[in-house]
Amino acid sequence: MEWVAFLIVAACAVASAVGLVVRANPLHGALFLVANLFCVAVLYLMLRAEFLALAQVIVYAGAIMVLFIFAIMLLVPGRAETGPDPLGRARRLAVPVAALLGLIVVPLVARTGGPAVAPPPGGAGAIGRRLFTDYLFPFEVTSVLLLAALVGALTLAKRRSTP
Amino acid sequence: MVPPASYAALSGVLFTIGVIGVLVRRNPLVIFMSIELMLNAANLAFVAFGRTHGAADGQIIVFFVMTVAAAEVAVGLAIIVAIFRARYRINVDDLSLMRW
Repeated sequence: MEWVAFLIVAACAVASAVGLVVRANPLHGALFLVANLFCVAVLYLMLRAEFLALAQVIVYAGAIMVLFIFAIMLLVPGRAETGPDPLGRARRLAVPVAALLGLIVVPLVARTGGPAVAPPPGGAGAIGRRLFTDYLFPFEVTSVLLLAALVGALTLAKRRSTP
Repeated sequence: MVPPASYAALSGVLFTIGVIGVLVRRNPLVIFMSIELMLNAANLAFVAFGRTHGAADGQIIVFFVMTVAAAEVAVGLAIIVAIFRARYRINVDDLSLMRW
């Protein structure tokens, strides 16, 4: 039963990832990526990481993808990637090379690890307790990083008043 | 019971698709979304490996990766919008010089 659910969700995840790469319109790609993020959230739930599944939907599918769609709408959707491609031959070569990478990576990661042991507590309480005890310093560094990103994005987006 | 190795293999497949997207597409926004796809594949591998050890540390690292990804998206999209404002075209092949 669990295998059936896993295979269905995995097929959806792979199909939406392929859709992101294949579709010419970046807006379609963004919607495919949202579908893919939801599939990964379901996989997190199946791995008993409940807090991460919710954070995935709220942070990724909610906040980050809205930012992406804002940028796509701002930059005139569908106008890029037209005209002749001077690097077309190299790009066609990139697909088999990347597939070779996949042939190396997939068996490698599938061979590591062992059988599943008792699942660690993945609820918000357990994760939060670890976050504020063992991982307190990285957590505080993260807040500084977010502040730096905020200031950086503001500086980049500001129009220059004097050239 | 699905073994964590299946989840890890799926994350490898998703990562490869992300690599193909970065190499093949010309629109920087699509390249950016492919990078997000690769980050997600790595996150899935973290959670799967954490499942084999019975420890929550993998999930906490995923939480940090999500935070860094949010910061990266904010700055990266600001850069792309700034480039578009200056050049009125977004095509990564046009941007071979690191100056205005």
